Amino acid sequence: MGGRLGRIEGLAIIIVAIVVTGVFMVMAPQTFLSDRIYATLLVTMAPLLLCALGLTLVIASGQIDLSFSSIVALSGFVLAAAYRFENIPFLAFLAEGSDAAAIEATRAWLIWVGAVLAVLAGAGAGWINGVLVARLGIPSIIATLATLFLWRGVAVVLAGGLSYNLRGVRDTALWQVTTGRLLDWLPLQALWVGLVAVGLWFILNRHRFGEALLFLGDNAEVARVMGIDVAATRIRLFTLMGALAGLAGVFLTAENITFYTNQGQGFLLLAMAAVFIGGTSIYGGSGSITGTVLGAYIVLVVQAGIVAAGVQGFWNDVVIGLIFIAAVVFHLSLERTERAGGSS
Amino acid sequence: MVEAPAVELRGITKRYGKVEALGGVDLEVGRNEILGLIGDNGAGKSTLIKILTGVERPTLGQMQIKGEPVDFGRYSVRGAHERGIETVYQQKSLGDKQPLWRNFFVGRNITNKWGFIDVRRQKELANEVLKGAIGFRGVGIDVDATAGNLSGGERQGICIGRAMHFDADLIILDEPTVALAVKEVGKVLSFIERIKASGRACLYVEHNLAHVHAMADRMVIIDRGRIVGEVRRGEMTVHELTEHFLDLQRRGERGAA
Repeated sequence: MGGRLGRIEGLAIIIVAIVVTGVFMVMAPQTFLSDRIYATLLVTMAPLLLCALGLTLVIASGQIDLSFSSIVALSGFVLAAAYRFENIPFLAFLAEGSDAAAIEATRAWLIWVGAVLAVLAGAGAGWINGVLVARLGIPSIIATLATLFLWRGVAVVLAGGLSYNLRGVRDTALWQVTTGRLLDWLPLQALWVGLVAVGLWFILNRHRFGEALLFLGDNAEVARVMGIDVAATRIRLFTLMGALAGLAGVFLTAENITFYTNQGQGFLLLAMAAVFIGGTSIYGGSGSITGTVLGAYIVLVVQAGIVAAGVQGFWNDVVIGLIFIAAVVFHLSLERTERAGGSS
Repeated sequence: MVEAPAVELRGITKRYGKVEALGGVDLEVGRNEILGLIGDNGAGKSTLIKILTGVERPTLGQMQIKGEPVDFGRYSVRGAHERGIETVYQQKSLGDKQPLWRNFFVGRNITNKWGFIDVRRQKELANEVLKGAIGFRGVGIDVDATAGNLSGGERQGICIGRAMHFDADLIILDEPTVALAVKEVGKVLSFIERIKASGRACLYVEHNLAHVHAMADRMVIIDRGRIVGEVRRGEMTVHELTEHFLDLQRRGERGAA
């Protein structure tokens, strides 16, 4: 290995993404040679990628979070509740004595409060995950399996089991900012998520918090004796994951113009696939933001491409499964050769 | 005026529930002394190290660092680092998948005020230590190498170099030669000589008696959580030291029975 090319982060996954896209360009040229499919892909990718980026940090530090897909629903509900406040029992008082115009005026600013509270609710749920793991010592796979049920359950209970249609949300500034198009093409959510990705790259690779995560994933005992506050770092990590899932809930709900109680349910496995296809270490200690971005792209482009190429849709999971296995085998062999490398 | 010792322990006791790991240990390490701490597995060596380095708090007892008393309520790994105590643990001092420039500065990064790491500066400094203080010139190891690719002796060298870089006055070595090939042991012993030559103190914890005997200015023997003997350099041959050590252990067993 080594050399200049070997140093480009995620080079292998970049090649895979290009090859997969190329294959679909040949198999379904009408779709894949037009720019519309890519705009659609970016829209679908945005909330999934937010979760997958957070999950990259979680897995790089040797933990797992299964509950983020439920936090997406919890935060989506918070946003929907703010928008439909007159229909929500504990918010209805805000509408008392107002006429229709006044209610619309309240709605216009309340949705911003809702968006902020949605992210904070996600952060809060994540913080509780972190406390369960770091202070009570529950392994994260168990703690977040429990809160996978809990956070969605809370969302369903608060929503009374109902979906909320956000009709009219297109007229709000929030909708424009989250889901509008730049230059009539680039979905704004892709821009925001792209900025988050860049920010998280710097956090993971250039910030002492990111370094603490890497050392925790590598060997928590080393981190501890080198003076890293293990518990505090883990709590911060899960809080960040929750906030990102909360933001994903905001984007998803705005894009769908609906809150429904099982939203985000498909994200769990797709996000994990994106992270591992992207080359983040299964054992912790290293993570690739670039890889996760491309991993998320690959997972979704295969879904879109198989349909567009006229292959029956149920082949999708077969292809994803095969790419997943190939990627993991490849990354594992890379990790092993690196280890065997300089042991002379 | 006599300089206060690098570290001084008085009556250090540590209990885990009903189990007493340390029963009133008194210990001093002089400013430029290599003190060997000898003891069998479970004698209390690791507990003593953990207390010195702020990983654990004693149940009872006092500690002074360079003559200043330590408040255990506020003492931590960071506190120990700030007061010039650095530790090289057997296995858990380096993150295997991380490059050396990260391993050098983990927990003490050079950052801007927002906490972002100055990677270039860290690499420069790590490189200086690598080539200078621990003499890795021409071994083909650079600061981008991951720690997992180093040999056992080289790993100890990195840790000792790191400790010297951070101006440690006292470097604690926790069985640095365990599981090393003979050639690697030689490297580690030469690193210990560098510690002595640079005017620092060293607490050298070991159960290979020949290595301690060769390196230490003074040796104390710990058994069942108590200091049971002290031997100065040149007082005994390795063979006599071994006999003495075994004898003290046998006496301890009889006492316990």
